[in-house]
Amino acid sequence: MQFSKEDTKAKVVTIIAEKLSMPESTVKPEVTFKDLGADSLDIVEIIMNFEETFGVEIKDEDAQAIKTINDAIELIHTARTK
Amino acid sequence: MNICKKQDDGVVITGIGAVSPLANDFYTTWDRLLAGVSGVQSYVVPPELASYEPRWARVAALVKNIDEKLTSIVPPATLRKTDRFVHFALIAGHEAMTDAGISVTAENTHRFGTYVGVGIGGLSTVCDGMVQFLKEGEKTVSPFLIPRTISNEAASWLSMQWNLQGPSLALVNACSSSADAIGLSYRMIKNGYVDAMLTGGTEATVVPLAMAAFGNMRALSQWKGNPGQASRPFDAQRTGFVMGEGAAMLVLEKKSLALQRGARIYAEIVGYSATSDAYHVTAMQPEGKGAEAAIRLALEEAHGNLTDIGYINAHGTGTPMNDAIETLVIKKVFGDHAAIHKKNHLLVSSTKSMTGHLLGGAGALEIAFTAQALKSQKVPATINLEFDDPNCDLDYVKNVARDHSFTHALSNSFGFGGANAVVVLKRFS
Repeated sequence: MQFSKEDTKAKVVTIIAEKLSMPESTVKPEVTFKDLGADSLDIVEIIMNFEETFGVEIKDEDAQAIKTINDAIELIHTARTK
Repeated sequence: MNICKKQDDGVVITGIGAVSPLANDFYTTWDRLLAGVSGVQSYVVPPELASYEPRWARVAALVKNIDEKLTSIVPPATLRKTDRFVHFALIAGHEAMTDAGISVTAENTHRFGTYVGVGIGGLSTVCDGMVQFLKEGEKTVSPFLIPRTISNEAASWLSMQWNLQGPSLALVNACSSSADAIGLSYRMIKNGYVDAMLTGGTEATVVPLAMAAFGNMRALSQWKGNPGQASRPFDAQRTGFVMGEGAAMLVLEKKSLALQRGARIYAEIVGYSATSDAYHVTAMQPEGKGAEAAIRLALEEAHGNLTDIGYINAHGTGTPMNDAIETLVIKKVFGDHAAIHKKNHLLVSSTKSMTGHLLGGAGALEIAFTAQALKSQKVPATINLEFDDPNCDLDYVKNVARDHSFTHALSNSFGFGGANAVVVLKRFS
């Protein structure tokens, strides 16, 4: 099934912004989760939410490699379009 | 370096903060307390349990309209990672630290700790998590469930918010938790291990599961009239306690350092004792032997005469057993000095008549009241005293607060499991 990357990006940004209690405008592709003040548990929770929302499974080692918002978008998009 | 700077100094209270069913700060709480206002309301079950009709839970003393204060003090990222009991502690802690005007610096941070009493902890987080788990499965259980739930998170978040790098600890001892937290903080300073402590207690367990459980224990007030009259300590028609929620935090400091920085002092802590009934899982030992010993030992440490004690802030829950046994114990220890017909007899009041029972937060809130009573020389009343009980025959400051000239006061806290904690305060002059 095909999804546009824009669609993935918009949904990913919405989830991250909601989970980190910040406006979507601060969740820019190039910033890192660390920049946004997210700790490891925040990231776990966000990944769980991605899995739920997109109906995908993210391996822990893939999740641990995520640094920037764009990394997350790419990972989810690849999993979604598989 | 001298690790344990032991010296005979003193321990003083220099800051107070509170979130209570009466108000979201200490001073408004105190004003309403003196005015005899009740913080009790009808217990309403949450909308998702609309079909549940509680058999026993009729009333509760809830913290109200906390959101604005919460968002001004607690950052959103902290808010969502924390349970309501931590929210209360952070708000009360903020008020206490601001009130004390004390700075945390690189020099003093390791000698500034935080002990916080919590009776149960994040029970609402557990309940919500369990519902989620059963409904949606393991995958949806939040990784924050445990750090939101565990009782030491109040002390942990306070240490993070104020950069307190001294010892932090949760004291979990039922309804005497926060009296123990304050008592042990006092000892830490008195024995020279630290110079200051942010200490108190917090609780937020007015959740349907707990209300059902306390109700089934037959511990809750069954008053059917106006909710404001449901908490009736020492009254002949008392039937149980009213569940409350909230927090109180105090800043304790080594007296010489507090004086040096010109801090405003509420009162001095001069004695603390804790004993155990070693008797029953919930009930007090019928003659109150453990409670009696705790009062005597705390007084012994305070080096005072019995007649110096002008006021006791009673545990006074409003259960038939507690109030009768506590009265008996006070009469055994104080004898004639407690007799209502004697000149300058001691006054006893239960502020739970207005605040409800904050469980782990109760002792701290009541020690804060006792300190403010000493400072202002005003004793809050026991409200809802209408019908005389022959087993409760002390001067409970019936219904109206009173001006009172006194130098020493006690705060009693007794908990399930047979815990007894007593703190002695002295007027600072």
